[in-house]
Amino acid sequence: MLLTSDITIGEAGVYALLGYAVVFFGIVLLMLVVMVLGKYFASKNTKLAATAAAAAQAVAPAAPAAAPKAVAPGSAGELKLHDVEPKTAAMLMAIVADKMGKPLNELRFISIKEVK
Amino acid sequence: MNVGAILGKLWGNSGFSAIITGFVSNNGWQNLVMLAIACVLLYLAIVKKFEPLLLVGIAFGCLLTNLPNAGLYHQDLWNDFMDPASPFFHSFGQIMRQGGLLDIFYIGVKTSLYPCLIFMGVGAMTDFGPLISNPKSLLLGAAAQLGVFVAFFGAVCMGFKGTEAASIGIIGGADGPTAIFLTTKLAPHLLGAIAVAAYSYMALIPLIQPPIMNLLTTPESRKIKMVQTRNVTKTEKVIFPIMVTMFVALLLPDTAPLIGCLMLGNLFKETGCTDRLSDTVQNALMNIVTILLSTAVGSTMVGSSFLTAQTLKIVVLGVVAFGISTAGGLLGGNVMCWATKGKVNPLIGSAGVSAVPMAARVANKEGQKANPSNFLLMHAMGPNVAGVIGSAIAAGFLLSVFGG
Repeated sequence: MLLTSDITIGEAGVYALLGYAVVFFGIVLLMLVVMVLGKYFASKNTKLAATAAAAAQAVAPAAPAAAPKAVAPGSAGELKLHDVEPKTAAMLMAIVADKMGKPLNELRFISIKEVK
Repeated sequence: MNVGAILGKLWGNSGFSAIITGFVSNNGWQNLVMLAIACVLLYLAIVKKFEPLLLVGIAFGCLLTNLPNAGLYHQDLWNDFMDPASPFFHSFGQIMRQGGLLDIFYIGVKTSLYPCLIFMGVGAMTDFGPLISNPKSLLLGAAAQLGVFVAFFGAVCMGFKGTEAASIGIIGGADGPTAIFLTTKLAPHLLGAIAVAAYSYMALIPLIQPPIMNLLTTPESRKIKMVQTRNVTKTEKVIFPIMVTMFVALLLPDTAPLIGCLMLGNLFKETGCTDRLSDTVQNALMNIVTILLSTAVGSTMVGSSFLTAQTLKIVVLGVVAFGISTAGGLLGGNVMCWATKGKVNPLIGSAGVSAVPMAARVANKEGQKANPSNFLLMHAMGPNVAGVIGSAIAAGFLLSVFGG
């Protein structure tokens, strides 16, 4: 014992090593359990995806697939801003698109003006 | 009516009189020093933004408890409470009868109520998704507990008792509620110093960790980009807290209060049908408990027990514990990097010290310094929340060994 502790340095060393080992032991066991759980859910998801794909294939010959919807161009003209910061305008447009349930690039904004 | 006598009585009852008349004989100088320390802590919290949500309360609790004659906190009552020979041993009734406001606040610390409620809030704010998607990151949370046990060993070498050394070591877990929980159980007389050291160092993580990260990783390894982790289903996120609670509490029953509350908070968040509870735990409850906890912890910073050589040793051991825990996590990260043939960026190991989410942010920032297109935040969150579990297990071990 170096100073006045109630345990010796040797005991402290053993406690320290044992404690670190216990932390690893607990964490490794937990990791294994989480891995098993993850594998189970991954396989379940794979099965679900395979089932869905098979069902889609079975339906496909009966009805010809609809032509894919043309994607709107990335830009829809020029937007005029009156006393509005570009960041604020971007936020407003994103909110409007979200509320309308439409992709942002299918909407056309002509101007945004702050009402004072 | 004797105006002079009234004024004399007022002066006699004032704190100024107590400081002046008892400057040497009754530790008046210690009150002044502690008031100065409280002001320094307030400065660090308000101006330097060192964990202000906690440090403001701790510093103000320190200020209140060191105002002579205010009677807000009574160290002697708590000494009786802890003394098996005293008629008031473990008597909360005596505390309620004789105690001041801060004594009442402190009952929540003494019963471990506040740390557990804080853990519930932390759980409700934590997304375990990154950890579930990459369970190997749990190992980094374990590796980063190295500082806990090295500091424990160092504290014993410096003459601290086993219970005190265990409380000092847990500073390396970088987890305030766990440190308070364990210290209250094992060495309540060191609570003020340990809490201040733990929260101060957590605030200093952006300064403490980067030099160690640069020292223990190569420039090439810091540039490693990690691949996107898999998506985690809602069912997995709901099962996880239930499973971890059962597993860890069965392994180390002493951790049940902390892990149980952490995972209950997380379950509130993940179920999707307890949004109101999740919101309350994350915001209102968390804020209320933070106020009570921080003020109560600050109130234990009484001059006679704080102004000792022990406090300086705790401050030194605390920073050693933090540094070594960071190094442990980084070494674990290097091993994982080597084992996966360079698929893991070792910087995420440093996030294995709890300090959610500060440590993960630092790992992300250092990764971006090496490679501006590198985004390690989500990868670092895995070890970061694993560190919370790891430090709770470490605390459970120390409590089961020294808790008697």
